[in-house]
Amino acid sequence: MIEIKLPSLGADMDEGTLLEWHVKPGDEVHKGDILAVVDTTKAALDIECWHSGRVHDLLVEPGQTVKVGTLMARLLEPGEDAAAIPPPAPAAAAAPGAATATTGPVPPAETAAAPPVIPAALATRHPVSPAARRRAAELGIDVENISGTGPAGVVTLKDVELAAAHPAPAHDRGTDMRRLIATAMSRSKREIPHYYLSDDIPLRAATEWLRRTNLERPITERVLLAALYVRAVAVAAARHPDMNGFYVADAYRPSTAVHVGLAISLRGGGLVAPAIHDADRKPVSELMQALTDLVARTRAGKLKRDELADPTITLTNLGDHSVTSVHGVIYAPQVALVGFGEVSDRAWVNEGRVEATPVVTATLAADHRVSDGHAGARFLAAINALLQHPDQL
Amino acid sequence: MQEQEVQRGVLALLQRIAPELEPAQLDGRVALREQVDLDSMDFLRFLISIHEQYAIDIPEADYEKLVSLDDIVAYLRARLPTS
Repeated sequence: MIEIKLPSLGADMDEGTLLEWHVKPGDEVHKGDILAVVDTTKAALDIECWHSGRVHDLLVEPGQTVKVGTLMARLLEPGEDAAAIPPPAPAAAAAPGAATATTGPVPPAETAAAPPVIPAALATRHPVSPAARRRAAELGIDVENISGTGPAGVVTLKDVELAAAHPAPAHDRGTDMRRLIATAMSRSKREIPHYYLSDDIPLRAATEWLRRTNLERPITERVLLAALYVRAVAVAAARHPDMNGFYVADAYRPSTAVHVGLAISLRGGGLVAPAIHDADRKPVSELMQALTDLVARTRAGKLKRDELADPTITLTNLGDHSVTSVHGVIYAPQVALVGFGEVSDRAWVNEGRVEATPVVTATLAADHRVSDGHAGARFLAAINALLQHPDQL
Repeated sequence: MQEQEVQRGVLALLQRIAPELEPAQLDGRVALREQVDLDSMDFLRFLISIHEQYAIDIPEADYEKLVSLDDIVAYLRARLPTS
């Protein structure tokens, strides 16, 4: 028997809401098939199948919010007999939040913080008139989410009718995302002893290279400076393993692969930092295509699960906003974040002469449990050196 | 192509990048990137969508001419067939 559990789609994800199943019991499925779509606070994500088999049963209903690791479905391996499969454990009842999930708009914060089992009667916070309770049941509305206007805050029939006419949004992604960022950033500042370094990097060679390169290219193949940043950071990270990896359970695990997470702001607030995979092995043009695609999909809410789950280092670029430098907050369990400010013409001494030169301030926020300022300085210097030779990047 | 028609087309493309945009609030004479929160990637995607919609090439050297909505509409009208 193959168990399909809700995977973690990122270090900061602990639950997800099933939007729909793409399969039903009896369906043959193959490795790579999409089994279901799950909503997280960041995006709707596909749950892929990693095995081939036949769907035995589905244990989570669309609309249900469940914890990471909850058994969602069971598959029969090829040749396996359905009769040999035990009946499912009462997974729905055991999963925290499952009891409230199908009843309507429950704030996820309550779901997440709630102890595993709350008897429904104890959870009642305000009185409800019998007529209101009946009507709410008919309409499929959870009376717990209606504020009462009757005597002593009693929920009346009228309150229920009003709530039915103006349903609250089921899921406020903006609020959820703010809370998620708050959790991740607080954890980072609590647990990671950050140290910060900065380096002014002249970009004459890089901007000239971009101008020449883009002159010959159609608009669909033009390159932005951001792609050079990704490339330089990725190549430098591959050479400096103490900047590229994860700090988990009091131990550092460097990563051999370099997946550069890009902090991408969302319209209307919030941000996501999905990864460009193996960025150290992709040439600049390919990185530019990946970057364009990633930004478009991030803003459309269509990221793949591994893009969210596995960046090994993060890059943030605030160059569009007249910012000199950015001292970032590291995304735990990563151990470093590189930031770029705005490129501006500054008086720069080159071979004894002062010249107006485009310069950017690059910064590093790194985890002092893993590396020291000396190592961080060498890493930033490597980025600087790489950006001086864009034709070799 | 008529000015209004081009303007409507360009605004529709811009709204694909910035869905929250209220066309009525936009001043055609003021720099787009001051009025609409567009970073360099957004702006490039916007210009690529114009290139794809109207089949005109936009050299990078021309980017500096494309500051306001009126600039972009005028630039397009000068390059589109006048049927």
